[in-house]
Amino acid sequence: MIEAHDLSKFYDDFLAVEGVNMHVPSGEVLALLGPNGAGKTTTVRMLTSILAPSAGWARIAGYDVVNEPEKVRANVGVLTEQHGLYERMRAIEYLDFFGRIYRLSADVRKKRSYDLMERFGLTFALNKKLGEYSKGMKQKLALVRAMLHDPPVLLLDEPTSAMDPQSAKQVRDAIEELQRDERTFLITTHNLTEAEQLANSIAIIRRGRIIASGTFDELAIRFAGEIVIELRARGQLNGFSADLARTFDGRLQVQESGENWLHYRISEPTETINPSVIRHAVAQGVEVVSLAPLSRTLEDIYLQVVKEDEAQGGVDGEHLR
Amino acid sequence: MANISARPLDTSIEAPGSSRRTSDIGTILSNAMIITRREMRDSFRDWRIIVPIIILTFFFPFLAQFTAATFSNYLEGFGAQIVGTRTIPFLLMIVGFFPISISLVIALETFVGEKERRSLEPLLSTPLTNTELYVGKTLAAMLPPLIASYGGMAVYIASLVFGNLEWRPNLLLVLQIVLITTVQALVMVTGAVVVSSQTTSTRAANLLASFIILPMALLIQGESAIMFLAPDADSPNGIGALWAIIVGMMIVVVLLLRVGNSIFNREELLGRTIDELNFRNIARRLWLSLVGVDNKGTVAKNPIDWYARGVGGSIRRLGLALPITIGVFVFAFVAGIVVGLLPDWQLNLPRGLPLDSVGSGIGSYTGLLFGEQNPVFAIAWQNGRILLAALILSTFSFGIAGLILTPAVYLVLGYLVTQVIAAGYNAGFMVPAILTHGIVEIPVIVLAVAASLRLGAVVTRLPAGMTLGAGWTQAFGDTAKIVIGVIIPGLILAAILESYVTPLVVTLFLGG
Repeated sequence: MIEAHDLSKFYDDFLAVEGVNMHVPSGEVLALLGPNGAGKTTTVRMLTSILAPSAGWARIAGYDVVNEPEKVRANVGVLTEQHGLYERMRAIEYLDFFGRIYRLSADVRKKRSYDLMERFGLTFALNKKLGEYSKGMKQKLALVRAMLHDPPVLLLDEPTSAMDPQSAKQVRDAIEELQRDERTFLITTHNLTEAEQLANSIAIIRRGRIIASGTFDELAIRFAGEIVIELRARGQLNGFSADLARTFDGRLQVQESGENWLHYRISEPTETINPSVIRHAVAQGVEVVSLAPLSRTLEDIYLQVVKEDEAQGGVDGEHLR
Repeated sequence: MANISARPLDTSIEAPGSSRRTSDIGTILSNAMIITRREMRDSFRDWRIIVPIIILTFFFPFLAQFTAATFSNYLEGFGAQIVGTRTIPFLLMIVGFFPISISLVIALETFVGEKERRSLEPLLSTPLTNTELYVGKTLAAMLPPLIASYGGMAVYIASLVFGNLEWRPNLLLVLQIVLITTVQALVMVTGAVVVSSQTTSTRAANLLASFIILPMALLIQGESAIMFLAPDADSPNGIGALWAIIVGMMIVVVLLLRVGNSIFNREELLGRTIDELNFRNIARRLWLSLVGVDNKGTVAKNPIDWYARGVGGSIRRLGLALPITIGVFVFAFVAGIVVGLLPDWQLNLPRGLPLDSVGSGIGSYTGLLFGEQNPVFAIAWQNGRILLAALILSTFSFGIAGLILTPAVYLVLGYLVTQVIAAGYNAGFMVPAILTHGIVEIPVIVLAVAASLRLGAVVTRLPAGMTLGAGWTQAFGDTAKIVIGVIIPGLILAAILESYVTPLVVTLFLGG
């Protein structure tokens, strides 16, 4: 679990991060999005007890980042912005080195190294020097390093950058698998599709401050207007549009409709209203073929959030206190 | 497909050694050695490091031995065997020094090189403590060159002992050379850590390394001179000088280790690093540290507020520096008394002089000492320049210079008191002669020296949560406030008292 309250970092008159609040329960993924220099890396470094917060507090896996730094670092796996591998070492030596630091026994070091390398398709390169690795392989090895001691919390900075689509999918699958095993993730990324796919919640940071946070649907409602759902049926809908608007008055608005389709706006999360809509449709004898939100991407939401922040006077770059 | 999660979630991971005290030396060394082993393996894979080490260990000693033998034989022809003989231990020192010079390169590479390659952050994200990382990397930079150095010296000595020269080494001198080599390696590595932590590129680190290489080159020249002039156990002064160098360098090592340990932390290493000097910003920060009343640079509301919160806070922050300074001054005074009691050091002042004649002439003593024109300025300037020198030298000597320069006067005072008493005079007149103005001057001097000590030593023990720059700026601001608010007015007041009041009081005391 990751908790942070009013987490801030100042360097003299430079504001790196201010007033970050977050609560990521076990088994959830938080995607931290933002432009370069927004404060993502500083936030991750504070959560790893590498940088001391200037104000506020944070707890990782129950440990305080200021008072229990070694315990915090023992319980997180960190994928840093730069993979930072030792190019003259072989992969197996590299993982053994980090395994020793985490006090894993020789057997565990070996087993974990082989298992993880196999999981990420790197077994063939176990004895290769890291200088000979491709960019994507280096990134995957850095991820293996972060997972080596099987930490309950993983902080991953751009986990799939420089990877080919197949490798990126391997990484996403691994994250989902670990998520099912109750591991907690904080992912910073510029890949919004990936964030949308993996994250339970999203926070957008800009100029050191979280300017928007919530689930995808919450952000979508707030920044991209109400969600528009498209219902497609087999056969004609006849008077179903009017009936639906009447039945769910105040909860949805039918925007437009066709022979076998209709679009309605909702002002509450899809998971609360759509099951009721489907039940109602079935009761009215409508054969629902599909029910899905009209495409609104995280990119649309992100750009809207940044636009609104800019309208309030925020610009990227040096941010002073 | 392998399972990538190996453990149920309800168990958190213990940090290495967390069940033991973090100060447990065994744990620190054991964790540090993980780093050391990796770094050493890495070093030995780099031909640019391994080739010079092999050459300097196995080939250079023979060259040195050949030079020593040739030089000895050549000089023997001119009857100057002693020069040849003394070249032999000198070359032993050189044979030992060349490999350890590589330690500087390795240290700069291990610390700043890793920073430059961005491979430091994954290491900083592990549960190792700052001290474990620091010790591990320091040992990694030191051990290979030191092993090469010992190896080279062993090869050199063996080639001389078993060669044609059949040299029989002076064991004490050999021990001194081994110790000097070791502390030199320590000085270079610990100095390199300090340099590395403040730079982001090996280029910048190499430029700054001249601050280590130049003093070390001067030291080697000094050591060479000593070894040529008085290199054997029969010359106690030469031997003593080498021991003094070893002890002096050990002190420097301890101080550099403290500085290194205090600035080798994650915050300093990965914090916002600035390579360019922004003079406007520096001037602004120093100005705020002077006029501010707290760490945030809140400007004082008025002079009274500046004195009460600004200067008052600065004096409070002197902390341990104040009792240490007082302790050193008391020690110097007592040491003066002890020296004054030693028979060999007695001055044997003339006895039975009438003190009232001294009293009648004392009114003009300040004029004699400092000139008739302006004794107040002369006295204040005399004290001020000593304190200024102490302050400047302390800044570059971890605060030590101030503690050596200024207590000398108390040593002399203690000594003079014993001489006056030994000559049968009533030393009571020295009390008003000193305390009338000393009541102001002594606390002012103590404060000035304590502030110098703190300014110089702050780098060895930074205030909690402060970076090197912030800690030093705070100490500078505190020193400036104490100087402007207390020391300058105090010295002027003490000089006025010393010029016009002290002579009157002493004259009255002596009945003049």
